[in-house]
Amino acid sequence: MSQTHVVSVPRSTTRPGAVRIPLREIVPWAVFTTVLALLVLFFVTTEAGAVSLVSDGLVHEFVHDGRHLLAFPCH
Amino acid sequence: MMRTLLVRGMLAGLTAGLFAAVFAFVVGEPPVDTAIGLEEAGGTESHGTASHSAESHAEAPGHAAPPDHTGSSGHEAESGSAHGHDHGDDALVGRGVQSTVGLLTGVTGYAVAVGGLFAIAFAAVQGRVTTLRPRVSAALLAAGGFAVVVLVPFLKYPANPPAVGQAGTIEDRTALYFGFVALSLVAAMVAVAVGRAVADRVGAANGGLLGVGAYVTVMAVAGALLPAVDEVPDGFPGSLLWDFRLASLGTQVVLWCALGLAFAVLAERAMGPDAARGPGNARGREGPADDPVAVRQ
Ligand SMILES: [Zn+2]
Repeated sequence: MSQTHVVSVPRSTTRPGAVRIPLREIVPWAVFTTVLALLVLFFVTTEAGAVSLVSDGLVHEFVHDGRHLLAFPCH
Repeated sequence: MMRTLLVRGMLAGLTAGLFAAVFAFVVGEPPVDTAIGLEEAGGTESHGTASHSAESHAEAPGHAAPPDHTGSSGHEAESGSAHGHDHGDDALVGRGVQSTVGLLTGVTGYAVAVGGLFAIAFAAVQGRVTTLRPRVSAALLAAGGFAVVVLVPFLKYPANPPAVGQAGTIEDRTALYFGFVALSLVAAMVAVAVGRAVADRVGAANGGLLGVGAYVTVMAVAGALLPAVDEVPDGFPGSLLWDFRLASLGTQVVLWCALGLAFAVLAERAMGPDAARGPGNARGREGPADDPVAVRQ
């Protein structure tokens, strides 16, 4: 992880905007974020529409207006 | 660094979600309410009556697959009880909650999730696809993300208010919509990779033009080939449909603009030239949360 020093400090002197985060640092966060985000997005956009996991429609009805206005198919 | 970016992406998303929810409440709720009024009055029957289904399938034979259709009467009956939309007194969640707290929760939840994914995408492209300043990259990525995730899918499968759309086709419509969004994302990523490779050889302008052109071509062809969804009931007011769709698109515009601008500011502080000068030279204006990039993991 100490390579970050080597990579970013010289870059910052030559090309200010070009800080590049190593892929091996991005990947674990990408997986983590994608799983969490898809879970949230599922409940906002799809739950009890085409696919029903938990509910009797409670979540669906709660986020109903947001689902319509964010342009997702609702009913 | 990733942790910092991710937190900032979600914060930018939260900010964007609040703005978008206010816009959706002010501009979007009136047409939604009107449409629900029409739905409950039954003036524009759209929920799976036999005649309407038959008529719609005749218009678009490729739309609903026959295997699904054989079970559709059962499905419609089931969906009518399990998650039919009762917006009235017997609803699980009343309109007063749906149009306020529910709307806020849905929109901000979506925005925070998109903000997190946005931060990951930003980390992936910054220094690779773009070597511009972080704030410029963030703004461009937000514009591109809006076009790819929202605008292009919207042009093919526009948002529909309550009372538009048959209960029996929700599965097909959902699959088509998300399939189109996924295709749009994949096409955009390939176009970016190709455009980047071309840009290295013949210049950024040519690479950019080629990437955009390739993406637009692929999506135009896909849009022409995929089945249309047109389930607007007879008698549904055209002006109401327009108002709703404009409000829906506007909500997403507000969301992505705010996300891009907020993240641009936050990313510039985290990764920009000022932040990268090192602890001794970092300017004091940033506050305690902003560790310089070189020492941040
Ligand atoms: Zn609905």
